Amino acid sequence: MKKIEAIIKPFKLEEVKEALVLAGIQGMTITDVKGFGRQKGHVEIYRGSELEVLFIPKIKLEIVVPDSLVEKVINAIMEKAYTGSVGDGKIFVIPVEDAVRIRTKEKGEQAI
Amino acid sequence: MKKLLSIFILIMMILAISANLIFAETETPAQPEVVQPQSKLDTGDTAWMIVATALVMLMTVPGLALFYGGLAKRKDVLNTIAMSFVTYCIVSFLWVFYGYTLTFSGDVAGIIGHLDKVFLSGVKVDSLQGTIPEVLFSIFQLTFAAITVALISGAYIERMKFSAWVLFSILWMSLVYVPVAHWVWGGGFLAKMGALDFAGGTVVHINAGIAALVGVLILGKRKNTLLVPNNLTLVAIGAALLWFGWFGFNAGSAVASNGLAAQAFINTNTATAVAALAWMFTEWAVTKKPTVLGLASGMIAGLVAITPAAGFVNIVGSVIIGAVAGFICYFSVTSMKPKIGYDDALDVFGIHGVAGILGAILTGVFADPAINEAGKGLLYGNPGQLWTQTIAVLITIVYTGIMTALIFLVIRIFMKIRVSEEEEIIGLDSSQHSERAYNL
Repeated sequence: MKKIEAIIKPFKLEEVKEALVLAGIQGMTITDVKGFGRQKGHVEIYRGSELEVLFIPKIKLEIVVPDSLVEKVINAIMEKAYTGSVGDGKIFVIPVEDAVRIRTKEKGEQAI
Repeated sequence: MKKLLSIFILIMMILAISANLIFAETETPAQPEVVQPQSKLDTGDTAWMIVATALVMLMTVPGLALFYGGLAKRKDVLNTIAMSFVTYCIVSFLWVFYGYTLTFSGDVAGIIGHLDKVFLSGVKVDSLQGTIPEVLFSIFQLTFAAITVALISGAYIERMKFSAWVLFSILWMSLVYVPVAHWVWGGGFLAKMGALDFAGGTVVHINAGIAALVGVLILGKRKNTLLVPNNLTLVAIGAALLWFGWFGFNAGSAVASNGLAAQAFINTNTATAVAALAWMFTEWAVTKKPTVLGLASGMIAGLVAITPAAGFVNIVGSVIIGAVAGFICYFSVTSMKPKIGYDDALDVFGIHGVAGILGAILTGVFADPAINEAGKGLLYGNPGQLWTQTIAVLITIVYTGIMTALIFLVIRIFMKIRVSEEEEIIGLDSSQHSERAYNL
């Protein structure tokens, strides 16, 4: 099993989610996050004075999938979150040791 | 805090004793009658003035509280709102106590009124001021006093101790607002000189603007002087409530339900709309973005600038005053403030002070006798009015400036004016009130 964490632009969430469901994922967790990469921050203007905002809003997706789905999920995110401009985001793949469904006590891939 | 409480109790005791003496003295002789023999209550005027008074109250809490509260940093929003809130309460009490009588009852050498109406003594249910009940006139004027003091708080936020602000509100209302309002509206020397101020350009906005400037120079800069609004939605709603309430402020200043009130109403609306557009287009040209805060700020500049002129100028005058105010105030907050380097947190001087001065001076230019025979400006063959307006503005600036500085010096004797560095960084909501605006 792998956990896929993807940081994407907020306006791409709907498209990415639909593609992931089509790819066969069973569930996902999303979080509003803030950060910066090569895009850096942006400038806001209040009564003429510029305020440099260092962290810009992004969405973090967290999905745990069986090893067989990893490539498909990565490809779906890459395709749908892509705009070509700086700040499209990143995908991280992390090994998962185990998973447990609390209601049924199922373990491993059965639980995701 | 104990010191503040004891000072407050002491002031109240002195005033209560003096009030008792005055009541005792004035019981036997008849109260001076405001009522002219020919005066008669007009129910239409009275109904409108009750509405207008409620509208002006709406400007302070919630209008100004939301406008300023939204502009403050996230950690200072409640303290900022509280400053408007507590001021309204303090002035509400002090005005009926001695504010009204010292402003509007009689005249001592053109400087101050009498003390014969302390606690509205002698103001009966059927006493009249023109065609409305005198008690209604007094509360209408109360709302003006309250918003004037509350306006100043926008300059001092994010650093001033709440206890120091409470003491400042008491002293400034008593020693600055009351005399200046008497000079202009209560039959004092500026009124006798012929100074025109329909709804408070001099009394309210220049007065508050100068107090803001002098106060911030004494208070010193904040650690973080950036304007970081916590909620621009609150700002937009607060500004819109101010615009709405301002109809009571300006049209209510006709103190009647008549054509002059309607003219003041349309002038207020026109100048405000034009000023908001003038600020927006200026900003659009300079920074390439028309911001919502810019629209709201231009709106306030227009409301302020038309205030002294609302019942004197025609519609063309209101358009020009609005356009000039929106344009000039944009530069006063974006260029003048950073160049001079004072920390007027929410631009009380840059908007209220500057637009108030512009409006007062331009009233002397555009006052049209066809609108109100009491005012004849430069364009209608009376250059002397411009001179009178300028003198009135200068006298107010000098008096308010000196008195505000003295008030700060007096407060400094009793307590620290600023919070500690640590409290400022933590935020005044937590350090002054043990509360937070947002818990999510």
